[in-house]
Amino acid sequence: MPEVVIQTDKLTKRFGDFTAVDEMTFEVFKGEIFGFLGANGAGKTTAMRMLTGLSNPTSGKATVAGFDVYKKSENIKKNIGYMSQKFSLYEDLTIMENLQFFGGIYGLSGEQIQNRSKTLIEELGLQKQANKLVKDLPLGWKQKLAFSVAIFHDPKIVFLDEPTGGVDPAARRQVWDLIYAAADKGITVFVTTHYMDEAEYCNRICIMVDGKIAALDAPGELKKKYKVQTMDEVFYELARGAKRNE
Amino acid sequence: MVSAKELVKTYGEKKEVVAVDHVSFSVKEAEIFGLIGPDGAGKTSIFRMLTTLLLPDSGSATVEGFDVVRDYKSIRNTVGYMPGKFSLYQDLSVEENLDFFATVFETTVQENYDLIEDIYVQLEPFKKRRAGKLSGGMKQKLALCCALIHKPTVLFLDEPTTGVDPVSRREFWEMLKRLQKQGITILVSTPYMDEANLCDRIALIQNGKILSIDTPQNISAAFPDKLFAVKARQMSMLLKELSRFDKAKASYSFGEYAHVVTGAGESNDQGEFEKDLKNYLHDKSLENVEVKAIKASVEDCFIKLLK
Repeated sequence: MPEVVIQTDKLTKRFGDFTAVDEMTFEVFKGEIFGFLGANGAGKTTAMRMLTGLSNPTSGKATVAGFDVYKKSENIKKNIGYMSQKFSLYEDLTIMENLQFFGGIYGLSGEQIQNRSKTLIEELGLQKQANKLVKDLPLGWKQKLAFSVAIFHDPKIVFLDEPTGGVDPAARRQVWDLIYAAADKGITVFVTTHYMDEAEYCNRICIMVDGKIAALDAPGELKKKYKVQTMDEVFYELARGAKRNE
Repeated sequence: MVSAKELVKTYGEKKEVVAVDHVSFSVKEAEIFGLIGPDGAGKTSIFRMLTTLLLPDSGSATVEGFDVVRDYKSIRNTVGYMPGKFSLYQDLSVEENLDFFATVFETTVQENYDLIEDIYVQLEPFKKRRAGKLSGGMKQKLALCCALIHKPTVLFLDEPTTGVDPVSRREFWEMLKRLQKQGITILVSTPYMDEANLCDRIALIQNGKILSIDTPQNISAAFPDKLFAVKARQMSMLLKELSRFDKAKASYSFGEYAHVVTGAGESNDQGEFEKDLKNYLHDKSLENVEVKAIKASVEDCFIKLLK
């Protein structure tokens, strides 16, 4: 049996009389690329905030990287990486300074930071840019770097919130090459996206509708089940019936 | 009718950032024209020059026959503009925002209600709600109503569907098609390549330059190479092995398939390339291999042009 790294049991979050996430139960396995999809307002962000230790659930259970989301949220934060489209790196710091900063935050030693930075910069081919400000990098490069920074401390799980929004189609694929490589190394990837072609790159997909899990399976199985050709159509079948809109 | 000639826009003290680099195009009446490109390509700068919010460094442009510099006041009464960033008054309610924009343009909501009716009925249940408290999809619909309330003949929509889920995106495009039928000219920008096919004509744009302008069909048809879609049980391994296949010019992931572009030196013998490819993948012990010749999509063309 593959190792379970995220486990939830009837995980629920209410805001007043509004149930943002409604009894969500699922498991994510080690090294898996797990796609988390849903319409705007389906509850994705709320669910992600609970799993990353930023928001306490109202009821239900969840463990992330082996830690309980209620009691051990600080341990969770140390064992995960996070990257979003909006915030990822400090624009006014250089590439090297960002690596030192994030390495330091996650408690890496000076030596570890130095060694890993060297390897990373070589792998990304950024030797010439290492001392340039992040704001001067093209967006595609920023997102590749941001992903690398999110896994710099070798977390068990990395959460990616629309990691490729607005990125050109070639750079989008390069970000995904990095995601594949991280998964091959055993890092679990939990990713949200609005690009349905990217949903195909996931091992399994969870589609949220109105706070509940409407479907959870491999992309191929979902297409078979709904008798359609693309993930776009699967999504449309499930999400068009959604009642709420954030 | 929109026409841009050699538009240039630079930023920075020494004009070191060239955001828009000699861009020319024209848009016909009641056409949906798409500017397709990633963040930073120059889409917003082009829209802001055409809507008279930004002065070009050089070049010229007209909207409905009005010059963007000289006749800026006329243009402002003629066009509707929906910026990429939500720019309505967050503390005003839905109906207050709409009233405000109608009043600024010296008209009333009643006068042009027929134009927004389709969209506004979906907002009506929330008309007393403050705009800042609306969902993403609803904000977008309200912004579109506010951009339409003075009955513009040209509509500029800057990334209206960015970050919007596929279902709402589809609905939004259906709204645009209805507006087009009423004779409105629509310029829309998007980073989503799949939306290119919903436009009548598109310009692919990167680093301030237009890479190609045509109908999506013609752009796809002009793809110079042969293209194959390949699938195998082990996709991650397939992509790695394809990148080492020296008879291929390029290979990249594409949804559930990988796309493979044939090498320049290869003959046009499609069958032979397909056979070589299959043999190669078989030698690399990939399982359940499926290879089929396909037509290029706009996204394939964009990737090709980026190289």
